[in-house]
Amino acid sequence: MSLKSDYGQPKENYHAKIIAKSAVIFAVCVLLTLICLVPIYILIVNSTHNSMDLAQNPSRFWFGSSLGANFRTLMNNLPSDATKTMKRVATQYHNAFNVGQGYMNSLIIAGCTTFLTVFFSAMTAYGLTVYEFKLNSAAYTFIIAVMMIPVQVSSAGFVRFMYSLHLINNFIPLIVPAIAAPAVIFFMVSYMKSSFPLDIVEASRIDGCGEFRTFLTIAIPMMKPAIAVQGIFAFVANWNNYYTQNMILKNEKLSTVPIMVSKVLAFDKNIDNGVNFLCVTLSILPIVVVYFILSKFIIAGVALGGVKE
Amino acid sequence: MASAAQRRIKSISYAKYGYMFIAPFFLVYCFFQVWPLIYTFILSFKGNQAASANWVGFENYSTILFGQGSAAGAQATHQEFAKALGNTFILWFGNFIPQILLSLLLAVWFTDAKVKLPGKGFFKIVMYMPNIITAASVAALYVNLFGDSKYYFINATLMKMGMAEPIQFISGEWNAKFMVMFIQTWLWFGNTMIMLMSGIMGINPSLFEAADIDGANSGQQFFKITLPLLQPIMVYTLVTSMIGGLQMFDIPYLYHNGAQFSKHLETVAVYIYYNFNKGTVDQANYGYAGAASIIIFAITACLGAITFYMNRDKDAIAKKKQRKKAEKQYKAKMKQGGLTL
Repeated sequence: MSLKSDYGQPKENYHAKIIAKSAVIFAVCVLLTLICLVPIYILIVNSTHNSMDLAQNPSRFWFGSSLGANFRTLMNNLPSDATKTMKRVATQYHNAFNVGQGYMNSLIIAGCTTFLTVFFSAMTAYGLTVYEFKLNSAAYTFIIAVMMIPVQVSSAGFVRFMYSLHLINNFIPLIVPAIAAPAVIFFMVSYMKSSFPLDIVEASRIDGCGEFRTFLTIAIPMMKPAIAVQGIFAFVANWNNYYTQNMILKNEKLSTVPIMVSKVLAFDKNIDNGVNFLCVTLSILPIVVVYFILSKFIIAGVALGGVKE
Repeated sequence: MASAAQRRIKSISYAKYGYMFIAPFFLVYCFFQVWPLIYTFILSFKGNQAASANWVGFENYSTILFGQGSAAGAQATHQEFAKALGNTFILWFGNFIPQILLSLLLAVWFTDAKVKLPGKGFFKIVMYMPNIITAASVAALYVNLFGDSKYYFINATLMKMGMAEPIQFISGEWNAKFMVMFIQTWLWFGNTMIMLMSGIMGINPSLFEAADIDGANSGQQFFKITLPLLQPIMVYTLVTSMIGGLQMFDIPYLYHNGAQFSKHLETVAVYIYYNFNKGTVDQANYGYAGAASIIIFAITACLGAITFYMNRDKDAIAKKKQRKKAEKQYKAKMKQGGLTL
């Protein structure tokens, strides 16, 4: 009898314990969410105040009314009664942070690199999985081996080489190397191995389809999920890349968004805090908006990338 | 039976197409990656600034590693590099430990089937968000919030709440280091969490059920099931994070006041960048930058080898060993003549 009563009893307060645990976890998650979101919120709030208000009270939690004024300063589009100092501030900010041009340059670089990365990586992955040739496994081993080499390691030689080719202040050294992306190839090879039946290639050969046409019209559409995920990551990585862009692009007209932000950070006089905040907001906003639209996709992609072994 | 067409196809060699498909990758990789790497190696044996055409042997290495060398300020160069190496390690350690603990905790919570958590998807999306933002903008955001004087948001808010003096979040050496660790954790914990979650979800759920029925509590389940089975992915996370830590550049370089980066946040990546990016080609220290790059390359290669060693298929190796042992035993028996076929 005593045995039965030992096993028959439900665990003590089982339900209450689970509810308590869930509540604690929820509270921690809310706290972390706040830590992630509040800096962005404060940033946006502060970009709607002008520097005079911010100097009086920098600790502001609600929106002000100077967004338009800050924006006019940034665009160097001041009213005619502006003081000399204001004009100097506006010129300084407009030269360093030319919004339209910066977005344009970043978009050109990120767009082209994304296209080249996904297209040529899909092509290399296709070549490695579909064809059997002598150096096949050697090539794949090489790609895996070089996957983790950091950019910093070769950047001194890279810059010196680009100087000697006269490619400084040119988008080519930022765009063309995107063709070679070992990590993307590794991802695409594992995707193809799991979900690309090789019989399809044989079938298309029997139907008289050429090898490149098979790749373009059959393989690419079948690899769309992998291409979409890697495309998003390639775009974000290149949009955010400060290191390489800053060492190649020295001309102000070619500045991309991260370079412009770093220039605003380096000001040591004529600083206007409101406009400062506006610059940072403008540099963050596009990527955050795109992120929230594509977030489900991106989270799934990160999880896929983590499944190794 | 194979048709005539199928037989004909089998007889055609498609190998040349394979080479054609992978050729663009290898051409571009050699031109933009392999050659610059070799060139960096060559530069590390050449002089600095105006003397960059002269061969100097291992002098750059001995200068930055031990402070020996004929160049003026060899000792100062060595101290700067040693400080950069130390900073890299401190900043990496200080962001990796809280990051992995937090991510592991969150990953276990998010994958626990018993916990009822509303808005799980939303939490995941928000926690990953910092990782997607331009690192340069993140540095700018924190500089504009945590400025040293009372004219910046955090100090102003703290002083409103009764603090007497503003905190030097940027120019104070350890305050700034702490801030960089915090920012790095803020940037990366969501990413690590999602990777670990996918690792935990790969574990057979019946193991947890069985443990539950046997009366194991969540602590026991974590230490006896989750952690041992998560080992490969933990090693992967550790090594990628270490290699990432060696590359730590944007935040330490841009988290500063005024026109120059903060010396107390100088990492190896900043050191390399600063040395080869100084002024014109004749003013830059390609020798020091090259030598530092090659040292980093060596460290990365060692780390990569460790992951490879830790992550190889242990079962397959054990089976191979067993098979060999069995073969040996069989042969020994044959020699003794105890067994006839």
